[in-house]
Amino acid sequence: MTTDTQAPAAAEIGKARVRKEDARLVTGQTNWTDNLTQPGMLHMAFARSPHAHARITRVDLSAARSMPGVIAVYCGADFAAEQGSLPCAWPVTPDIVIPDHPPMAAEEVRYVGEAVACVVARNRYEAADAAAAIDVDYEPLPAVLDIRTALDESSPKVHAAGNKSYEWSLATGDVDAAFAGAPVVIERNYRQQRLIPAAMEPRAVLCAPSGDEFTIWSATQIPHVLRTMLALVTGIPEHKLRVIAPDVGGGFGSKLQVTAEEVLTLLAARKLGKPVKWTESRSEGNLTIHHGRDQWQRIRIAAERDGKLRGLTVDLLADMGAYLMLVTPGVPLLGAFMFPAIYKMDGYSFRCTGVFTTKMPTDAYRGAGRPEATFGIERIMDELAAELGMDPLELRRRNWIKHEEFPFETIAGLTYDSGNYEAATARALELFGYDELRKEQERRRAGNDPVQLGIGVSTYTEACGLAPSRLLGQLSYAAGGWEHASVRMLATGKVEVVTGASAHGQGHETAWSQIVADALGVPFEDVRVLHGDTLVAPKGMDTYGSRSLAVGGVAVRGACDKVVEKARMVASALLEAPPEEIEFSGGTFQARGGGGPAKTIQEIAFEAFSAHNLPDGFEPSLDADATFDPANFSFPHGTHLCATEVDTETGHVHIRSYVAVDDAGVVVNPLILEGQVHGGIAQGIGQALFEEAVYDDDGNLLTTTLADYLLPSATDLPDFVTDYTQTPATTNPLGVKGIGEAGTIASTPAVVNSIVDALRPMGVRDITMPCTPQRVWRAIQAASGSASNTDGDAR
Amino acid sequence: MTRITVKVDGVSYTDDVEPRLLLVHYLRDVVGKTGTPIGCDTTNCGACTVHMDGKSVKSCSVLAVQADGCEITTIEGISNGEWHPLQSAFRAEHALQCGYCTPGMIMAAADLLRENPDPTDHEIRAGLEGNLCRCTGYQNIVRAVRRAAQETRTGATS
Repeated sequence: MTTDTQAPAAAEIGKARVRKEDARLVTGQTNWTDNLTQPGMLHMAFARSPHAHARITRVDLSAARSMPGVIAVYCGADFAAEQGSLPCAWPVTPDIVIPDHPPMAAEEVRYVGEAVACVVARNRYEAADAAAAIDVDYEPLPAVLDIRTALDESSPKVHAAGNKSYEWSLATGDVDAAFAGAPVVIERNYRQQRLIPAAMEPRAVLCAPSGDEFTIWSATQIPHVLRTMLALVTGIPEHKLRVIAPDVGGGFGSKLQVTAEEVLTLLAARKLGKPVKWTESRSEGNLTIHHGRDQWQRIRIAAERDGKLRGLTVDLLADMGAYLMLVTPGVPLLGAFMFPAIYKMDGYSFRCTGVFTTKMPTDAYRGAGRPEATFGIERIMDELAAELGMDPLELRRRNWIKHEEFPFETIAGLTYDSGNYEAATARALELFGYDELRKEQERRRAGNDPVQLGIGVSTYTEACGLAPSRLLGQLSYAAGGWEHASVRMLATGKVEVVTGASAHGQGHETAWSQIVADALGVPFEDVRVLHGDTLVAPKGMDTYGSRSLAVGGVAVRGACDKVVEKARMVASALLEAPPEEIEFSGGTFQARGGGGPAKTIQEIAFEAFSAHNLPDGFEPSLDADATFDPANFSFPHGTHLCATEVDTETGHVHIRSYVAVDDAGVVVNPLILEGQVHGGIAQGIGQALFEEAVYDDDGNLLTTTLADYLLPSATDLPDFVTDYTQTPATTNPLGVKGIGEAGTIASTPAVVNSIVDALRPMGVRDITMPCTPQRVWRAIQAASGSASNTDGDAR
Repeated sequence: MTRITVKVDGVSYTDDVEPRLLLVHYLRDVVGKTGTPIGCDTTNCGACTVHMDGKSVKSCSVLAVQADGCEITTIEGISNGEWHPLQSAFRAEHALQCGYCTPGMIMAAADLLRENPDPTDHEIRAGLEGNLCRCTGYQNIVRAVRRAAQETRTGATS
C-alpha cells in the first residue's frame, strides 16, 4: 500500500477556490429530493383550506377514494391519535400562548392553505386529481388580518385564548433620563412587510419505511433538528428515524422548519407501509412555506443637537400568523439586541408583542429579526440626520464605537469583540465616490431635474454565529448552539470530514476542505466533506443564522487539531523524540531543529491504520471528534452605500450604483464570500423594491405565484461593487464571523434611505416597502399636497 | 393515451403518454432526466429550461405531446464528452450557489449565445430575465456568460 505524501504549496485559507460542489450541479447529476425514487413509491397530494378562518363541518372523502390509482385518502380525524402538534422550540416567556398546531386540521382552519385532507396515489397526477375531488364543508369564521387592531377587545379571536401570544421586553440604562430634556426627539413608524423566502427548490419529502424504522429525505436545512422533532411529535423513537437532506436548493430560513407535510408524509408511509413522496407546487409553497418579517415598528430616538445619541425606544408588533412554528416567537428577539447597532447611547428599551392572525405563520427568513432591527435603526438615523441638518455619515461617525474601544459592551448588553467601522466606511466611500455623487445630487436638485439622485447609507452590524448554548438557554430556546465535526484520516492519507452543518448552497464542501488542508497540511483535493445525513453525520445543529463557518468550521478546525496531537504521539515514537520536541509544519512531523528524519501525516495515518508500531495505549486509527460551543456571537459589520435615481414623474427607482464593504473577519474563501454578499444584497433589494406577500380583506393570499410575488430578475439588479476588510473575530480560533445574512441585513435600509434622500426636498420622509413606482409616486404626491396618500399601508 | 416519439439527448424514446402530461414531467419521470428541475408552475422561474429543436423552451409549459417528433436537449446532454463552455464558466465564476436554477440558466444562456455570440452585459441580463436565481444576485452569472462567450469565440477562431 502506498500513501500520498504530497504537501500543499501554500495556505488554503484565503484562496478563491472554485467549489467542489459545482461538478454535480452544473451537469445535472443532482440529488434533489424530488429526483429520488424508492421501489413501490406512492405520491401524496393535499386538499387545503380555501378559508382564512372556518370551522370544518363535514369532510367527504368518498369521491376521492373511488378515483383511479388512489391508495388512500385521509382527513385530520384519521391522524388525530398520532399526529401530535407541530413544535415551537422557543417559548420566549413563561406565559406565552402556544396554541395546539395539528399538522392536519380536523376542526378549525386558521389560514388559507392549511392542510385538511390528503391523497396517496400511484402517481402525482392521480394524487392531484383525487385531492381536487375531496369535498369539505366549512362554516366561515371572521378573519383576523391586521395586528394593529387584533388586540382590540372587539376583534374576532384566532384562538380561544385570544390574539396575543406574548409580550417580551428589555430595558437597559436610564431610558427616562435619556429622553427627559433631550434637545431632539423624533419618532417614526416603520413597516416590515411580510415576505416569502422563495428558495428556488420547492419543498419535497420522501419517507421510506423498513419495518418500524424510517428513512426521511427532505429538502431541509435541519436534518438533525428535524429528526429529533419528528420523534417528539410522532412518538416514533428517535433512533428509528434517519433523516437525509440530499442536495437542497436554497433555504434562506424557509427550510429551517418542522412542517406539517414532513410529519404527514411520515405518518402516511407508516400507515401504508410504503414509501410516500410529496413535492409541493410553487403556489402551494407560497401559501404554506413559512413567511418572514411582518412587523410594525414604533421607534423613538433622543439626541443632543450635536448628534450625540442619548436613547432609543422600540415598540414592536410582530405578526405570528395563525400558529407558532419552530422559532416563530423568537425571531423578533434576535432583533431586540441589535436595534442599538454600532452606536453608543445611555438608555434603551425594547418591547415586542407577538400577535396571532389568520395568516400563514411567520418564522426565520434570511437575517431573522436582524434585518428588521437594522432597517429600523438605519432609517431613523437618516431621519435624525435630516432633523439635525447633518450628513448621515457624520451622524453615524459621531456615535459609532471606535475601533480602539473594542471589546465593547453595548447598551443592549452584548459584548462586541472586534470591529473597525472606520476602515470599512473609508473603503466604501473610496469605491463609491461619495463626494462627487453629493455634488451631482446638488446639481439635480438645483436644476429641478425630474430624475433626482439619492444616496443611502447603511452602517450595519449583526449578531450571528448562532449561538452560545448557555445564552440560548437564558433566552428560553429549547436547543443548544454548538456544532460537531469528525475528521478521520484514511489508510491512504486521504481525509474524510463529517460536519453537523447542513449545506444547501453555501459551499461547505469547499470551505471545510480549505480549513482541513491548512490544519493537517494535506492537499485540498484529498479532503472529502460528508454532511446532511443523520446516519453519516449523527451529531449536529445544522445550518442557519450564519453559523456554519463560525461554529461548524471552528469545530472542524478543533477536530483537526486533535488529529494532529494524536499523530504527534505516533511521530514521537517513530522519530524517537519526546512529543514536545516534535514540530508539525506543512503536513510533516520532525524533531525540533530540523535536519533529522521526518514523517508526513499521511505516513503517520498509515502507521495508525496498520497499528504495528504504535506506542503503548494508543488506539489505532487516526481520527478525532470535536464539538464547538461558541462563547459569544460573532459580529460582522460593514458599510453599504446605494445611489438611486428616482423618476419623480413616474416613481420609478433605478439603482445606479451599489457599494458594499463587509467585515466578516478572516475570509476562508473570497469567492464564496463575494457570492454570499451578492445574493444577500439582492434579497435585501427585493424587500426594498419588489417583494410583498399580500393578503386580501378576506385573508386570501394574492401572491401565490412568481408572477405575483416578484423576485428580482437579472434586469432588476445592478452590478455590485464589493470589497471587504478583515478584522478577525477574537472569540474563535479561526477569527471568522459569518457572511450568509449580512448582505440582506445591510441592503434594505441602504436602498430605502437613498430613495427618501432623493425625495426629501419634496417633503417625503418615508415610503412603505416595497417601494414600487406607484408607492413612490403617491408618496411624492402626498408630500406635495396634490393628492392624498390613499395607498396607505395596503398594496 | 397518445403515442409520441421524442429524441432526448441523442436517444430516441417512444412512449404512450396522457395528453396532459407536461414535457418536464415526461423528461423527469418517464425518461429519467432529473437533471432538469421544476421551480414553479407558472413559467416564471425558468429552472426547467431545455432546448426543443435547438431553441430554449420552459418545459413546464410544453406538453409532452407537443414535443412529438422533436429533438430535446437537456443539461445532461449539452456537453459532448467535455463540459460545455458555459458549464466550465459557471464553475469558474462562482455563478451558482444552491445550483437549482443552474441547469435552466445554462440552457437559456446557451440559446442566448446562439442568437448573440457577443452580448453586452445588458443583453445578457435581458436575455436571462426569464430565469430566476435566488442565490447569486446574477452578477456572477453575467460574468460566466460573458466568459463562455469569449472562450467560445476564441475557440472558434483559433
